[in-house]
Amino acid sequence: MIALLMALAGIFSELSLLAFGGGNTILPEMQRQVVEIHQWMSARDFSAMFALAQAAPGPNMMVVTLVGWRVAGWAGVLVTSLAKFGPSSILTGIALHGWKRYKDAPWRPIVQAGLVPITVGLVGASALLIAKASDHSIAMTAVTAVCALLSWKTRLHPLVLLAGGAAIGLIGLG
Amino acid sequence: MQSRASEIGAGAVEPPTALQLFTGFLALGLTGFGGVLPMSHRMLVEKRRWLSDAEFTDLLGLCQFLPGGNIINLSVAVGLQFRGIRGALAAIIGLIAGPSLILIGLAIVYGHYENNVTLQHVFAGLAAAAAGLLGATALKIAAPLRSKPVPIVIALLCFGAIALLRLPLLPTMLILTPLSIFAIWKYTS
Repeated sequence: MIALLMALAGIFSELSLLAFGGGNTILPEMQRQVVEIHQWMSARDFSAMFALAQAAPGPNMMVVTLVGWRVAGWAGVLVTSLAKFGPSSILTGIALHGWKRYKDAPWRPIVQAGLVPITVGLVGASALLIAKASDHSIAMTAVTAVCALLSWKTRLHPLVLLAGGAAIGLIGLG
Repeated sequence: MQSRASEIGAGAVEPPTALQLFTGFLALGLTGFGGVLPMSHRMLVEKRRWLSDAEFTDLLGLCQFLPGGNIINLSVAVGLQFRGIRGALAAIIGLIAGPSLILIGLAIVYGHYENNVTLQHVFAGLAAAAAGLLGATALKIAAPLRSKPVPIVIALLCFGAIALLRLPLLPTMLILTPLSIFAIWKYTS
């Protein structure tokens, strides 16, 4: 159990400091660690956990809590939450002091813009991995494509799209 | 950083206590469906008036720049500014406690029925839609890259390395991030 918790702590504290561009960028690495390397759950379960977290209220990265819960119960929740939210929060606290000085520095917008292509690639990779684990039929691939298009081009609430996807799954097209 | 008390001008509301930070972010965590960002502006600037519009934009800029979820970082920054480490803890715990408990409840239910075929279909549909939302997010973030071929190539390389080759994130970022920053610097200078 201790070894399990140590592994969770190591994985999620590294992810915490790599999550430039928000939580969705680290989803592929989280999946690689949780599904491929440690085999704590199947890719389908991981996608289901991610989808569950998206449909529930709260910040983006609550899938972390669910992974902790599935792997090691309450202790897992505590360890993954501390590991995922601790290091980035401490960094935020430290940076807050220097921010006034650096926010107008000429390199800041360049570095920030430089992170954009990385974020795009990583969030795109997240989309593909979640889709691959759940899109086992033409109908499900269509759900992914239509949701992407509607979310991109309209102002429909994400919950409406998630509910639509779940409903299409419910009528047996999953 | 100056203390907030000296920054707040006449007529502004009292700085929040640790308890108010906790309850404010608790409410935010529980009401923010599909992303908390739009709700957080309403709570922090319009309703509770803990931050001015400019302060909000400024802090959010910092939080987007740093690793970690924007709102998670924002809760820490706001809590820290008003009430130090105690405030930061109150804010972040408030933000994630409610959603954590709800999700654990849902995970227990899911665990009971995970072999139920109907539930599997519902979750397949949910995950397919969630994947679509991620795809749209990637497209939206990619908007400023239009007409910049080198950053587009870097985004594709990153996608290929992570999604197709399944390479580890750390070395991929260590190689591609400096390249990307260099490319953007070339474009702007």
